[in-house]
Amino acid sequence: MYGYSYEIEVQSLAITTSFYAVISGELLSQVHRVNIKSISNNMSELMTPITRRRFVLGVSSALAYAVSPWPKLSFADTQPANIPTIQGHQFNLDIGYKAVNFTGKERIATTVNGSLPAPTLRWKQGQLVTLNVTNNLNEDSSIHWHGMILPTEMDGVPGLSYTGIKPGETYKYEFEVNQSGTYWYHSHSGYQEQTGVYGAIVIDPAEPDPVDYDRDYVMVLSDWTDEDPADIYAKLKKQSHYYNTRERTFSDVWSEVKEKGVAQTLRDREMWNDMRMSDRDISDVTGMTYTFLMNGQTPEQSWTGLFNKGEKVRLRIINAAAMTLFDVRIPDVKMTVVAADGQSVEPVTVDDFRIGVAETYDIIIEPEADKAHAIFAQAIDRSGFAYGVLTPDLNMKAELPELDPTPILTMADMGMDHGAISSKLMMNMAGHDGHKMDHSMPMKKNDTAVMGTGLAGFGSALPISHQKTEFGPHVDMRSEQPIYKIDDPGIGLRDHQRIYGRKVLSYADLHNLYPTSDPREPSREIELHLTGNMTRYMWSINGIKYADAEPINLKYGERVRFTLINDTMMNHPMHLHGLWSELETGDAKNIPRKHTVIVQPGAKISYLVSADALGRWAYHCHLRFHMFSMFREVRVS
Amino acid sequence: MLRLSIFLIGLFLIVPSFATSMTDDPILTMIKVDQLEIIDIGNRNDMAWDLQGWIGQDLNKLWLKTEGESVNSEIEEAEVQLLYSRAVAPYWDAQIGWRHDSQPSPTRDWLVFGIQGLAPYFFETDIAFFISDSGNIGLRTQFEYELMLSQKWILSPELEANIFTKSDAVAGTGEGLSDMSLGLRLRYELKREFAPYIGIEWNKRFGKTADFAREENEHISNFHWVMGVRVWF
Repeated sequence: MYGYSYEIEVQSLAITTSFYAVISGELLSQVHRVNIKSISNNMSELMTPITRRRFVLGVSSALAYAVSPWPKLSFADTQPANIPTIQGHQFNLDIGYKAVNFTGKERIATTVNGSLPAPTLRWKQGQLVTLNVTNNLNEDSSIHWHGMILPTEMDGVPGLSYTGIKPGETYKYEFEVNQSGTYWYHSHSGYQEQTGVYGAIVIDPAEPDPVDYDRDYVMVLSDWTDEDPADIYAKLKKQSHYYNTRERTFSDVWSEVKEKGVAQTLRDREMWNDMRMSDRDISDVTGMTYTFLMNGQTPEQSWTGLFNKGEKVRLRIINAAAMTLFDVRIPDVKMTVVAADGQSVEPVTVDDFRIGVAETYDIIIEPEADKAHAIFAQAIDRSGFAYGVLTPDLNMKAELPELDPTPILTMADMGMDHGAISSKLMMNMAGHDGHKMDHSMPMKKNDTAVMGTGLAGFGSALPISHQKTEFGPHVDMRSEQPIYKIDDPGIGLRDHQRIYGRKVLSYADLHNLYPTSDPREPSREIELHLTGNMTRYMWSINGIKYADAEPINLKYGERVRFTLINDTMMNHPMHLHGLWSELETGDAKNIPRKHTVIVQPGAKISYLVSADALGRWAYHCHLRFHMFSMFREVRVS
Repeated sequence: MLRLSIFLIGLFLIVPSFATSMTDDPILTMIKVDQLEIIDIGNRNDMAWDLQGWIGQDLNKLWLKTEGESVNSEIEEAEVQLLYSRAVAPYWDAQIGWRHDSQPSPTRDWLVFGIQGLAPYFFETDIAFFISDSGNIGLRTQFEYELMLSQKWILSPELEANIFTKSDAVAGTGEGLSDMSLGLRLRYELKREFAPYIGIEWNKRFGKTADFAREENEHISNFHWVMGVRVWF
């Protein structure tokens, strides 16, 4: 009834590199668990849905924090419960409904093969995969292979790639896997991704892996809500701050007055008050409704992975959330980032990193074997966290880390007053001497066309401008001085180095492990503004929503620069289908390739795109409730 | 009139929710009972209401606004506005429509031109001109502020003033500044959508309006406690 009628005893269901047991897809579609408890215990669990107190840490008032930062939690006994893995050439994926219970209340999720997250698909670079996706829902469905470079009709976006999969029908996807690394797949229809249709894709390289590891785990982060996502959207339209439980209160103002005096407090508040915006507006949808999951497990259930002493563990971290950016850390363990969005990068060791919705990062850790380690993924607004444990021994308990303080937006996040922040990178900005550029790629003296837009790898040299369509009731702000924040880890993390001595990953740390495959300069630049009206909860690009927008046309073979300017106060993870987003981080020789790029509030960011795949591609903010309208078709012809 | 209001509210409730359709801009409905309160707790059986509802999309909506007061279970004042509302600026909607005062009788009808939205410093603002069939022009300004004492305790001061160009003895309103009211309500949001409150309200009538009140042996100014609920869905 609850998805598994029997249990499989497996030593460790970790997806180790040597774990290539031949298990049929059907068997794997069941939920696997290691049988560590007595049969009777397990039986009672099977008979009744486990009632779990909703994990509402951090949702209650800030006062509750102050009184008791970490209430004693009664975490469930550690039970490694892994996502089933399917491998081979041929896959049968059935999208259907399934009863789940994450909060104490039973709800209906949409799942693939009855599993939430969906089964991990393990492919091999160079193979041809066939995926028969059957839609058992009573509405249209689809599967998009996120980050895969494939023919446009295999991309799985209804309205662009195909018409979607009708109820009761099966769509046969077939494509060659020409890349390796960590990716994911999800429904591109309705709210099915929010309600459970998301899973990992792991592609083993044809050549020896540049990364050395003994064991790997997929870590799918997500946000679960008991509410109907359509209701969430309606609530946001009616009261956009509905889910914000951290609003500025009178006592905040009072303590500021005491600290800075009335005059200064008023001055500081002036812009926010004038703009009618809240500096506490970090996430649209928060832990007030979300239960954050790691591999489909609540923090109380605590997903648990095993490792042996001395092992190098590779964690393949995927943010499959609908609306939540996560900040990930493993206290006392250095994390070496080896891949971003599936693509190998020069290893960089950090203590914290932010993972935007739809991004993936692969990290290598070598945890000490004398204790259990917490894997802590706090929501960007600190309204909750996903939590799991890596341990050498199931009897060991990890210490639950503390949430970082709730971030507060600054003027710089609104695209103005950059006094405090300056980009260390010398981007292609007018007036800069460009000495850093000289190291990597000397300017071609006579190439005025190139000089006009900015050298590849260094961002745009063009001034930004706001189009007429950006003005009106549908757009509530425009960044007047957006800057590159490549070396800024973002709101809530940017002071970690200074305060905690924790090194935080920024995009500037990403260097492709391999040389830039297309060393051409961009022939032109496409400037796009991410726009919206928070209060009305409307989102758009250049002030034009998808329903009213013309496609962005690219000529097959051309190399262009996309410059995105964030004219809102939210982070927008922008995902371009079918083509790599080659992020300009100031390194022309080893430009990192991404499929999803966070555009920070009040900032701009640039990436190069080689239009090497014909077809109609989706290009959108991956936040589910922004995606309807902050969306464009990119047409390569 | 009451029947019309009930019909319209009913209409709002039965209009199927289009929220499930996958569009960025679904047709939504909202009913917001800003005030539903007992006046002068313990004294008399007096009630007041202030209810607004809309149906529509991001930029275009149909609004229904009704407010009124009942004294000793008799409706003493009641008005309904039916407005077309169009977003004209990021925080402002322009509204045009019809206002009907069903009490006191005889009834009055007005053409409404208004602007509603959020002023700088987060003042919820509703300013409307009313033009009656007899050529009387009224101006009503309403401001409300929400002071968050905590995430759930919200103190909400409110100011309303009415101005008319002509006196209307039957309605008891005089030309010039007619009346003003100041309210202060403290609510506790049990849910975002449901908040009981207590508060105080002070009203004062001015000029001709005050004269009309004296003739009727009514108070020129009064102060009372209120208790009620704020609900929206």
